Amino acid sequence: MASITFQGVERVFHQNGKAFVALKDVNLVVQDREFVAIVGPSGCGKTTCMRMAAGLEHPTGGSVSVDSEIVTGPGPDRAVVFQAFALFPWKTVWDNVEFGLISLGVDKAERRRRIEHYIELMGLHGYEQAYPHQLSGGMQQRVAIARAYVLDPKVLLMDEPFGALDAQTRVVMQEELVRLARQHPRTVLFITHAVEEAVYLADRIVVMTGRPGTIREIIDVKSIRTQENWDQHARIEDVMDQPSFVHLRSHVWKLLRSSGAADAH
Amino acid sequence: MLQPRLPAARTAWLTLVGAGGFLLIWTLAALSGMTSRNFLPTPWDVVIRFAQLVVEPFAGFTLFQHLLSSFRRFATGFVLAVAVGIPLGLLMAWFVWVDRIVSPAFDAIRFVAPIAWVPFAALWFGTGIGGPVLIIFMGAFPPVLINTYRGAKNVDRKYIEAAQMLGASHFRAMTQVLLPAAVPSIVAGLRISAGLGWQSLVGAELIVASSGVGYLMVKGQAAVSTATVMSGMAAIGVVGVLIDIALRRLQQSIETRRGL
Repeated sequence: MASITFQGVERVFHQNGKAFVALKDVNLVVQDREFVAIVGPSGCGKTTCMRMAAGLEHPTGGSVSVDSEIVTGPGPDRAVVFQAFALFPWKTVWDNVEFGLISLGVDKAERRRRIEHYIELMGLHGYEQAYPHQLSGGMQQRVAIARAYVLDPKVLLMDEPFGALDAQTRVVMQEELVRLARQHPRTVLFITHAVEEAVYLADRIVVMTGRPGTIREIIDVKSIRTQENWDQHARIEDVMDQPSFVHLRSHVWKLLRSSGAADAH
Repeated sequence: MLQPRLPAARTAWLTLVGAGGFLLIWTLAALSGMTSRNFLPTPWDVVIRFAQLVVEPFAGFTLFQHLLSSFRRFATGFVLAVAVGIPLGLLMAWFVWVDRIVSPAFDAIRFVAPIAWVPFAALWFGTGIGGPVLIIFMGAFPPVLINTYRGAKNVDRKYIEAAQMLGASHFRAMTQVLLPAAVPSIVAGLRISAGLGWQSLVGAELIVASSGVGYLMVKGQAAVSTATVMSGMAAIGVVGVLIDIALRRLQQSIETRRGL
């Protein structure tokens, strides 16, 4: 049972004697095995929320907890997939994926089993001994996802993981992630500024506004998805053609626009 | 205004003119008789003397034996500097409290020229190997420490965060993340370090040795044989260049492996 709880979270920065409120009054519970996406304009604090769940940043008010334990620092139970991949350039694909498992004290045979499973799943077969710089962006992010999944974490945190990829690779990765998420359901907090991506991937969407960053509305996508049976369509473009999808996407856009998201695209 | 690069033929010609001119002036000055041939030998005299030293012992050993003696001291001091400098640099970069403790002491010492450690070395080690090794260490250590520290400190934050997220212990973070990331900086530091160490060596041997190239030069000076002294200088120069070339190769091979 792994849930993420944001309770009255606030993040205030002090600069030159002035207080800048980055996040205010954030209350959210991500249920066990729920896929929650946070959408919002740049600078609304959505990445900060994820980083607080990861333990890379801390709230100045309120608390962030995973399974009722307050988050104090980073760890393999809250695996992160970074926008910039953050794979170790001096390690092979295999060694990168293995790194966290060694920290967890998993024995060699089990490590091999798990790594081979996710290498296969992420389509990395044959690339085990390659170095990150030899791989395309999409491949590198697959390695990063494998690296996170292989830890069997309580919670998966993804910070605009497809943001650095080209449009076509992005779509492929989204389809793969959906397949992966349905096959190995976990608690996921997914950050993105791309509305379509959020509607396609998430069970619920948290729409945030900026300055100060706060939650505008939380939308239930799963009920619509199951009702309209989007999963019957294997291809993303078929899902995105569904009237229910289009309607939902519009709704989210309108929310973002009315909250002054001038640079939303 | 920056001039465009000269064609290769022109460069070769100018180099020849420069070197040739230098040797010519030197030869003329030596032959002019203004001082004795012992005092100012011609370039050819030096070449002859160099060849002699290769086969005939002087001050106890042949040139290569002296060089080997010097190189042994250099290697010991250099390896010691690396063995202490790299781990300490990593520890200082990772643990702020280690930085706070070590920095003041380090800053106090680093500006003392290696040569200035000679009297201290003489008192403590006499003419044993310890003296020159200490001085070489004092020359080689600061660049290794500084470059390791800087390289580790400048590691992209995202790798540190990834390592922490992946549950790395302090030891694994330092050895598997900081160290590899800092390698380009460390290797650059090694080149500087080796150069300084080798240069300091001679100064050390002038005073606290009974073998080695520096010792050879001092004995040459005592015998008023400038040709001997210059042969020593040439040997030092050649070995210094070879050490640098070796390290430069190392640097290049590391850079290719990393895809830089």
